[in-house]
Amino acid sequence: MPAPSIWTLLSWGPDGWSDDIAYGVVVTILLALATLPIGLTIGFFIALGKQSEEPSLRLAANIYTTVFRGLPELVTLFLFFFGMPILLQHLVRFFRPDATIDVNGFVAGMIVLALIFSSYASEVFLSAFRAIPKGQYEGGYAIGLSNWLTMRKVILPQLLRIAFPGLENCWLSLLKDTSLVSVVGLAETLRNAGVAARVTKHSFLFYSVAALVFLGLAVLSSFATNAILRSLGRREAQR
Amino acid sequence: MSVTAISVERPPAQARGWPRRRIVGYALVCLWIGFALGIAAYLFFAWNAEFFAKYAPAYLRGLGVTLSLVGISMVLGAALSIPVAYGRMSRNRVLSGLAYCYVYFFRGTPLLVQTFLVYYGLGSFRPQLSEFGLYLPVINDGLTFARFTLWDFFKDAFNCGVFAFALNTAAYQAEILRGAIESVPRGQWEGAASLGLHKLQTLRKIILPQALIVALRPYGNELILMIKASAIVAIITVYDLMGNAKLAFANSFDIQAYIWVALVYLVIVEILRHGVEWIERRITIHLKR
Repeated sequence: MPAPSIWTLLSWGPDGWSDDIAYGVVVTILLALATLPIGLTIGFFIALGKQSEEPSLRLAANIYTTVFRGLPELVTLFLFFFGMPILLQHLVRFFRPDATIDVNGFVAGMIVLALIFSSYASEVFLSAFRAIPKGQYEGGYAIGLSNWLTMRKVILPQLLRIAFPGLENCWLSLLKDTSLVSVVGLAETLRNAGVAARVTKHSFLFYSVAALVFLGLAVLSSFATNAILRSLGRREAQR
Repeated sequence: MSVTAISVERPPAQARGWPRRRIVGYALVCLWIGFALGIAAYLFFAWNAEFFAKYAPAYLRGLGVTLSLVGISMVLGAALSIPVAYGRMSRNRVLSGLAYCYVYFFRGTPLLVQTFLVYYGLGSFRPQLSEFGLYLPVINDGLTFARFTLWDFFKDAFNCGVFAFALNTAAYQAEILRGAIESVPRGQWEGAASLGLHKLQTLRKIILPQALIVALRPYGNELILMIKASAIVAIITVYDLMGNAKLAFANSFDIQAYIWVALVYLVIVEILRHGVEWIERRITIHLKR
C-alpha cells in the first residue's frame, strides 16, 4: 500500500484526521467559553476585595493572586488533577467508605483555567476600578442608589469599557492555556493533533495544523472583540 | 515664608464593630490560614525521609536545568529580539510585515504547540537535518574532529526547549523593546540630532537609558513568565524542576512531589518579583519628586 498523501491525511472521514481535529477544536472552544464566565466573576470579586477598605479582605485577595499568578499553569493543573481526587476521596470516605472518585479532565481544566484567568483578570479589573473617579460612586449614592445598584448601574458599565482591552489579553492567554489541558488527557486540539502525529508519523504536519488552529482562533477572537468594541463605542457616541 | 496648605486626604476611618465585609475578610483569611496549615500538616505527617533523600538532589539538579534553560533562552531571545524590533519599527513594508508575522505567530500560538513543533515536528525532517553538518574539534585523548549535524542538535530535548523558548521570548521581547523605544518622545531624537549625534549614538546614549527604565518591568514579567512556562519542557522529557517532580510522582504516587515543586516555583517567582520591584525603585530615584 502506498503511503497516503498529506491531502488524504488531512481529509474528512475515516482516512483523514480533520474530523478528529475539528472535534478537538470544539472542545478547546467549549473549554475556553465555559471558563470565561466563571473566571470573570471570580476575578471581579477578587478585584473588589483588593480595593476594599477592609485590610483582611485585601490580604485574602492578594494571597489569591500571588499564589495563582506565581504557580506555573502546569503545576497548578497537576496539583488539582492529581490532588483533588485524593482530597475528595478523604472527604467522601467519611460518608461512604467504598467510594472512589475520578476527576474529569474537562472539569479539572476548567477549574484550573478559571483560577489562573481570574487572578490575571482581577489585576485588569483593579486598574479599571482605579480609573473610575470617586465622584461616580458619590453621584450614585446622592441620587439614592444602594451600594449594589450603584455598582451595577453606574460603575460596572464604565468598568467593563475600561477593562475591555485588558480582558481581551486575558482571553487570548486563556485560549492558549487550554492547550495545557491536553497533558492530562483531555481530547482537545493539541491532543488530537498529537494522536494524529503519532499514528501517521507526520508530526510536523499535524502540529502545524494545531498551531494554525490556535492562530485562527486568535484572529477570530480579535474580529469578535473589534466588533464588540465598535458596538461599545457606538453606544458611547449615542449618549 | 508661608507654607501653602497641602491638602492631604485623610485615610478613611476604619469601620468599627463587625461589618459584613470584615466578617467575610476574616473568614477568607482564616480559610487561607487553614489551607496553609493543612498543607504544612500534610507535609509534616507525610514526611518521608526516604522520599526526601531520594528526590531532593534530583530537584536541585532540576532547578539548575530550569534556570539554565530560562537563562540561555532569555539571552538568545534578547539577541534575536533586536532585529525583530528593528523590523517592526522599520518603514520598509516587507521588513515590518515579516516582523509582524513573526511576532503574531509566536504570540498567537501556545508555547506548548511551538515546543511540540520543534521537538516532534522537526523529527519529520531528520534526513534533511542530518545533511547539514560541521566538523567541530573535540577533545578526547587528543584533538579530533567529529561531524556534528543539525540533527545532533535537535535530537536533544533540552536543545529543542531552548530553541523554541528563545524564538518565543524573542517575539515578546521585541514587542517590549519596541514599546519602550516608542515611549521615548520624538523630541529626544530631534534634540540629539540637533546636537549632531548620529542615530546609533542617539540610541545608545539618549534613547536606551530612558527606554530601559520603561522596559524593566515588562522584562521582569517576561522573565517570570518564562520561569513559569519552562515547566512545560517536562512534557518533552527534559528533567527540569517539573520533570523531576513528574518522575517522583510517577514512582511514588505521592502528591507531595507536586506540592514541593509548587513551593519552589512560588519562592522563585516571588524573589524575582520583589527583586524587579527593588531594582525599579533604585533606578527611578531621580524621577521621584
